[in-house]
Amino acid sequence: MSLSIVIIASLVYITLLFLIAWRVDKKADRGISVVNNPYIYALSLAVYCTAWTFFGSVGRAATGGLSFLGVYIGPTLLAPLWYWLLHKMLVISKNQRITSIADFISSRYGKSPALAVIVTAIAVLGIVPYISIQIKAVAFGITTLTGVQPGNPAFFWADAGFYVTVAMAVFTGIFGTRKLDPNERHEGLVAAIAFESMVKLIAFFAVGIFVTWGIFHGFNDLFTQAAANPATKKLFTFADSGVTPFSWNIIVLLSLFAIILLPRQFHVSVVESTSPGHVSKAMWVFPLYLLLINVFVLPLAIAGKLMFDSSVDPDTYVLSLPLSQGAGWLALIAFIGGFSAATSMVVIETTALSIMFSNHIVVPALIKYGLIGRPNDLVSGDSRLLDIRRVSIILMLLLAWWYQKTVGSRYDLVSVGLISFTAAAQLAPAALIGMFWKRATKQGAMAGLIAGFLVWAYCLPMPGMAQAGIISDSFLKYGLFGVPFLKPYELFGLSGLDPISHGAFWSLFLNFWAYVVVSVNTQPSTLGLRQADLFANIHRYIKGQDADILKREAKMTDLQAVLNRFLGEPRAAALFQEYERISGVFLGQQQIAQSDLINFAETQLAGAIGAASARLVMDSIAKEENITLEEVMHILDQTREAVEHSRVLETKNLELKELTQQLTEANAQLKNLDRMKADFITTVTHELRTPVTSIKALSKIILDHRDELSPDQQQAYLQVIVSESERIGRLINQVLDLEKLQENLDGTARFETLDLRELVQRTAGTMSEMFREKRIAFAVNVPNSTVPVSGSPDQLVQVIVNLLSNALKFAPGEGAGNVAVTLRVKNKRALLSINDNGSGIPKDRQAMIFEKFTQLSRQDTGKPTGSGLGLYITKKIVEQHGGAIRLESAVGAGATFEVSLPVLPA
Amino acid sequence: MADDRQSKLFITFGLFLVLLNFPMLTIVDKAELWLGVPVLYLYFFLTWAVLILIIARIMRKKK
Repeated sequence: MSLSIVIIASLVYITLLFLIAWRVDKKADRGISVVNNPYIYALSLAVYCTAWTFFGSVGRAATGGLSFLGVYIGPTLLAPLWYWLLHKMLVISKNQRITSIADFISSRYGKSPALAVIVTAIAVLGIVPYISIQIKAVAFGITTLTGVQPGNPAFFWADAGFYVTVAMAVFTGIFGTRKLDPNERHEGLVAAIAFESMVKLIAFFAVGIFVTWGIFHGFNDLFTQAAANPATKKLFTFADSGVTPFSWNIIVLLSLFAIILLPRQFHVSVVESTSPGHVSKAMWVFPLYLLLINVFVLPLAIAGKLMFDSSVDPDTYVLSLPLSQGAGWLALIAFIGGFSAATSMVVIETTALSIMFSNHIVVPALIKYGLIGRPNDLVSGDSRLLDIRRVSIILMLLLAWWYQKTVGSRYDLVSVGLISFTAAAQLAPAALIGMFWKRATKQGAMAGLIAGFLVWAYCLPMPGMAQAGIISDSFLKYGLFGVPFLKPYELFGLSGLDPISHGAFWSLFLNFWAYVVVSVNTQPSTLGLRQADLFANIHRYIKGQDADILKREAKMTDLQAVLNRFLGEPRAAALFQEYERISGVFLGQQQIAQSDLINFAETQLAGAIGAASARLVMDSIAKEENITLEEVMHILDQTREAVEHSRVLETKNLELKELTQQLTEANAQLKNLDRMKADFITTVTHELRTPVTSIKALSKIILDHRDELSPDQQQAYLQVIVSESERIGRLINQVLDLEKLQENLDGTARFETLDLRELVQRTAGTMSEMFREKRIAFAVNVPNSTVPVSGSPDQLVQVIVNLLSNALKFAPGEGAGNVAVTLRVKNKRALLSINDNGSGIPKDRQAMIFEKFTQLSRQDTGKPTGSGLGLYITKKIVEQHGGAIRLESAVGAGATFEVSLPVLPA
Repeated sequence: MADDRQSKLFITFGLFLVLLNFPMLTIVDKAELWLGVPVLYLYFFLTWAVLILIIARIMRKKK
């Protein structure tokens, strides 16, 4: 077959892919999502099946029997758990706008840029061997079809791999980096990948059917012939084909991780996902695809073994078998199938890696050195970002080409591919355990990744490079630094394993323990804690409990400038509109962007340049406010439960604070009261001492001079003793009243509705006898209707009694006295006035008459008669009832006390 | 309902993890033909197909 036919067929096929992608993208622009379909989703996952599957499986089966199946059994075993695991990854990634597996891991550990760099480095270096086998497969596909032996000096054949690399770089560059999508979604690309999955399955089936029923007479015939030949019969079992249980377990484990952690698998299953609901169907459609594409692998391997001698590379059986029968057209179809498998892998893998490379290595570096994100910077806008990606794709493909040329060509496809699987598996502890174990820290993830990667590099790619003569092979034979314990295929003396099992065991073992041990010995950052909680409990966050603890502010102009630079003006404007629509906040005149808007912008920007880079950019323009105590409480504890608990504590703390405040106030009041009480006691004891002294003196006189005193004198002295005793009694009663009043002030008094008229009449009635005794005219004037007031009856009676007692005390006796009680209602107030025609109160004394211990002396006797507490108590009671008391008096003109109380509406 | 489904899927995972691994595989690791095909080959693809059917069955039920 001529080279031109192969090239033309390839070009026609690629054109077809472009047409599909172009049409789907056109429809996507109009809002019609063709790829929003569970079957297309499942088919896009089949990007898992690469040239490794298409050519390499048969090659592996020709020597290792069914061991090739492990790579497909792993993902199939995991499929039931997708409903739980992949679904969770999807929800987290959509919530956090994750654009790659590096972004995912970095985001989990507090959006750490360093971690993103490490993951990117592991992914890029680890996947290089994997990409190299795609180049190798297409190159030998071409040489097998055209029948030219490799090494032919004609210019193309000198290095077919190089031209394949260039073609793939161009193809990927055009395909994967046509536009910058904020979500890194490429519908056209996904549609093309799904189509390629169909092509490779059909092509492989075509060859399988041709060989099984065309060359042989069905499975029976083929297997019977195989059973007769010891070289092929040994492929029937693991035992005979040298597959150990441990190597089987390792391959299943590696592929179980690979199906979600390989950058391209993460890209198609998570980043490109249109709906988490598609997982439900993909869970069985994808394993079914894997089953179908593997059915004919063993038959083809056996057929090849039976028909060819060892001069034919088993990796080329898929093409050689049809060619040997003269079925060139079928070989061409098979080539297109393998070409599909290889190109789909290369396109998605390098696109995913270029996103990681540009977002986590190039852009952060440019930001750091001020080459981007500032006015007049070196690089800006969409096209520059896409250029960075294109360059990184070319670099990665060239690296893969170099690897294939120097190292890869020495090994079969699957052996090289498994090196990459082992590298991808290094991401498992950080990515998968981190989704559930909140205690894991950034330092732990770094330690695990670095340890795993170094051991991987030492045990797997480095020996290959040594054998290829790129580096000295002395460590291979004698161990590193001549230490036999460090031989890369027998590390720490572990021998008897195949290189993959050995390398995978040590790298994953050390990776896991470094991750766990360092994690429990380090503390996560604030943001790390928050992200850990978000990843572990994503379902609580998506129910709208998300609250960003980092309060940030930035100038609107800065924010706009940054977004314009990274997203371009139209997209930035659309973003602001979207924010206005979602939040209902009008941004028109705002000068300062609040943390809400910054977070929104950051997640949108994360879609273009990755979470860690977006964070760097935002940090450059936003300043963080101090985290409030409440927020510290929020993040201090690692679990939501603990946060709930701390909220309760916080409330209690607040209550405690209030209580303390109240206590402080009460204490001040108490101190004040204490001082007042001390004053009071001093005064009261002084007041008590006076009568007690006179009682004591008079009693002593009577006792000592009983015989010398005349009965009249004795009578007079005893009279004084009685009246002084009464005075003491009164004083004590009033002190008790005061105490009671104080209690009532504290709110223990119960007010009730009562009729003031009735109260006045009753009290006046009981006291009228005392007025009659002293022969003082006593008049009581009350209105015709009731006077309802709210108050304590006992206290109001006391008011009336106190005022009447005063009047009784000061009114002149012997028929000249005149006391009148008048109750009337005016302006909704009850006015109770008690008037006497006594000597009156001098103006200068009037102001202090309601103070404690102010005593008025009777002008005629010059002796105080009261305790000095009566009016004070009266005033307090009246005030407590919402009323007021005033005095009208002039010397010689008597005195009138007027109490006014609010009247209740009738 | 969703939890029920998840439990069933976990049980399926556990069962097939054993079925498709050692030591279970040693039972069928024989150089014989059953129904004209190698035993191990037959076992793998049948178990695989059953696993797919079980997942499809669990997931088919509408929520």
